[in-house]
Amino acid sequence: MNETRHRVTLTVNGVVREATVPGRRLLSDCLRHDLGLTGTHVGCEHGVCGACTVLLDGEPVRSCLTLAVTVDGHEITTVEGLARDGEPSPVQRAFAECHALQCGFCTPGFLCTLTAFLRDNPAPTEEEALEAVAGNLCRCTGYQNILKAVHRAAELQAEEGGA
Amino acid sequence: MTTKLFGEPVRRREDARLITGRGRYLDDLGAGALAAAFVRSPHAHARILDIDVSAALDVDGLVAIYTWEDLPGALAEPLPLLIPHPALTHGRTAYPLAREIVRHVGEPVVMVVARDRYVAEDACALIRVDYEIRKPVVGVEEAVRGVHLVHEDVPGNVGAHLVQEVPGPGGVTAREVIEAAPHRLEFRLDIERSASMPLEGRGVYARWDADDGSLRVYSSTQTSTSVRMAIAARLGLPLPKVEVIAPDVGGGFGVKIVHPWPEELLVPWAARLLNREVKWTEDRREHFVSSSHERGQVQHVRVGFDDDGRVLGLDVEILHDHGAYTPYGIIVPIITSTQLLGPYKVGAYRVEFSSVYTNTVQVTPYRGAGRPQGVFCMERTMDRIAAHLGKDRTEVRAANFIQPHEFPYDQGMTFQDGRPLIYDSGDYPEALRMLKELIGWDDFPAMKAAAAAEGRRLGIGVGCYVEGTGVGPYEGGHVQITSDGRVHVSTGLTSQGQGHETVFAQIAATELGVPIEKVSVVTGDTRRFGYAVGTFASRAAVMSGNAIALACRKVREKALRIAAEALEADPRDLEITDGMVHVAGVPSASIPLATVAVLSNPLRYAFDEEAQRATQFAGPASGDRPPVAEGEEPGLEGRGYYSPVRSTFAAGMHAAIVETDPDTAEIKILRYAVVHDCGKLINPMIVEGQIHGGVAQGVGGALYEKMAYDEHGQLLNASFMDFLMPYATEVPRIETAHLETPSPLNPLGIKGAGEAGVIPVSAVIASAVEDAEGIPITGMPISPSDLYALRRSR
Repeated sequence: MNETRHRVTLTVNGVVREATVPGRRLLSDCLRHDLGLTGTHVGCEHGVCGACTVLLDGEPVRSCLTLAVTVDGHEITTVEGLARDGEPSPVQRAFAECHALQCGFCTPGFLCTLTAFLRDNPAPTEEEALEAVAGNLCRCTGYQNILKAVHRAAELQAEEGGA
Repeated sequence: MTTKLFGEPVRRREDARLITGRGRYLDDLGAGALAAAFVRSPHAHARILDIDVSAALDVDGLVAIYTWEDLPGALAEPLPLLIPHPALTHGRTAYPLAREIVRHVGEPVVMVVARDRYVAEDACALIRVDYEIRKPVVGVEEAVRGVHLVHEDVPGNVGAHLVQEVPGPGGVTAREVIEAAPHRLEFRLDIERSASMPLEGRGVYARWDADDGSLRVYSSTQTSTSVRMAIAARLGLPLPKVEVIAPDVGGGFGVKIVHPWPEELLVPWAARLLNREVKWTEDRREHFVSSSHERGQVQHVRVGFDDDGRVLGLDVEILHDHGAYTPYGIIVPIITSTQLLGPYKVGAYRVEFSSVYTNTVQVTPYRGAGRPQGVFCMERTMDRIAAHLGKDRTEVRAANFIQPHEFPYDQGMTFQDGRPLIYDSGDYPEALRMLKELIGWDDFPAMKAAAAAEGRRLGIGVGCYVEGTGVGPYEGGHVQITSDGRVHVSTGLTSQGQGHETVFAQIAATELGVPIEKVSVVTGDTRRFGYAVGTFASRAAVMSGNAIALACRKVREKALRIAAEALEADPRDLEITDGMVHVAGVPSASIPLATVAVLSNPLRYAFDEEAQRATQFAGPASGDRPPVAEGEEPGLEGRGYYSPVRSTFAAGMHAAIVETDPDTAEIKILRYAVVHDCGKLINPMIVEGQIHGGVAQGVGGALYEKMAYDEHGQLLNASFMDFLMPYATEVPRIETAHLETPSPLNPLGIKGAGEAGVIPVSAVIASAVEDAEGIPITGMPISPSDLYALRRSR
């Protein structure tokens, strides 16, 4: 039982990466185990918890519901790629400032989701912020400080000139 | 003083790595390790007739297949019963791999090791296990009927039976008191199962060093020291040849205190046997069917009370669902029985529980650990009494409170640590006053009436609890100041997101007078600290916090002694500020702690300029004294242990305002208020975070979460699609206020905070829904369809 393997080329966090994977290899496993980017976490492997969320060509996707071979040639951003020049991004800084994480396992998924959200909606209302985080599960924080962090991240982003 | 950090909302030191993807969780380790996967029972109760692995043998990348028959020596024995108790007359634990009988869906039967997880699962799918299916026992009432048995040698399926009786004045029993009471009520309560459900499941990764004959195991555990002892014992290895490390752990909430899990023995065993690194990472379905659940109880309550609502006698019979095995003993029903009393003085109390086996996943502590059930019982009782007497619910509670001048207050029972249930401190009337103010209790009737005028149904609810925290036997801490001025703190218990690296650093920085940036903290690594119990029962801050403080005080005393000699001063005149030891009020007469560390360790060899100061020709030395004085040790380090005489009792009170939809029966929490007393706060930001998270889990338990077993013992909702954990949209904003009644039992005056938030939530929501609907709420969770059915059945 030898599986056919496929060569895929991905641009991950701005770096061109290659991997040879079977057709059934999940993008989450490819990132974590083939490319060594273990910051993306797997909480359920059925697309509900959102811990594995990464940005595919800038849009949030569940990497546990995505086959690596289907994203050949595309751009992926993971939590490891959110910082700029070694400085944590506004969303990352806001999470630390607002105590929006405890065990930190779900955090990369929230950070990726919110990075895309705040890019598209830099000044969200309460309702919009709630909607933005409502597709990710966190078992530690009760979400209150995550919501606080969304608004704080928007402020930090604005201070940086919407960068 | 710049270094006074105890009590400050210091930002977490863990976060820098966790927000950038540099955390190191179990499955992030061991790139290239072989992967283990398990064939698990698809049946709730069956005899294994045959295991045929032949079809799996051709799988490319397969390394090994193991069944129970392959397990040597102690590994073939049942897993340990961790907490024996005289009342647990029929304790039963599973084998690491099933031997002959499987007793719940998900029980491991075969272990496969292969090149990667995909291949291991391919092989699992090709292994055929023939079963003779037996009648499963599902639900506590089915279990006590005893028609079918989970364990053939456990009659009536009763693993444990315990009666505890606290007589009233003159030795009158609770039942006698109730018979004679002016008012009596009797009712039944049902509490569903839920589970810890951390976002990261369990996992084990083992490295065998054949040259060294040593084993290093990483486990996503709440107790690395005890996992280590279990592995050494079951694999027959000398303890010093085994090290266990809890890396970053993605939440625990109780399930990871159980140990050794089958995988925690099997993976290291296979790694040693194969001389290859082996790793197993639990997937979500495995977590649902092969880890632990909690909560499930049926309670029968009888209460007698007077015209003021004072409880004269309380008699509670509990049927506790233990699932298929009892590895963690009967801790959960013991806690329910004892913590049920809450902040109240009950005239006479009788509590009886039967802990019964069912063909379902085993039950072990989940955050709250039996308390939510006990509090549900007592708080439902208080509401019933208030309704019966037509009194305000808070008034009835106040009539039963232990008063501030009555501490220490002896409840006359034995707590989960085997010690007397004596509350150390608290101020319950003040907590209730604060809560009523925070939620606007007295203004609510007007609010309710105004809403009703618009066709809306509002209800307000309240719940009080007392939580025994910081149970023994002990924890320890080690503190070392090195010659670069850095402070290295280690403690044996583990972290699962509570921010221990931060709060323990705050304690060390405050005790030693050093900047927090100089302090690093390691938890849960047996290479650094081998003596520990673990993280559970809201005990980490109390136990390790105090142990670290005591270790710091030893180090400080030694530092002052050495510095006094160098400064030719009296140690009593010295202070440490910002890492400098100086004469009080004379900042110029000072010496850095780094230098004190150099001086503390007499050297023959210098390796840098600083070290030269400690070498033998460096300065004037007394020729008639040994370089290390009698009773001294080289180095600026110390170890401290904290072992409390008994637990310290935190308390809290919650209130909620809910709205129920008159048509759809949807339940919305409009406001949620918490008054919390965990003694002195080390880091208020972190305590608040713990409360938020606890309340969110409580909301899950009150409104959404249950384990839907069918009559065949199949768990129908074993995924995040069907087991409904709250998203942000389901959790209300939590308003908090803190009361601080310090614990007189420990040097820092602190009490535990980890579990608090979750404990009263089901009781509070039930109280509020009942108030909104005017229908007695007797079970949790309550879904819109449950409420709809209740309305229809009126």
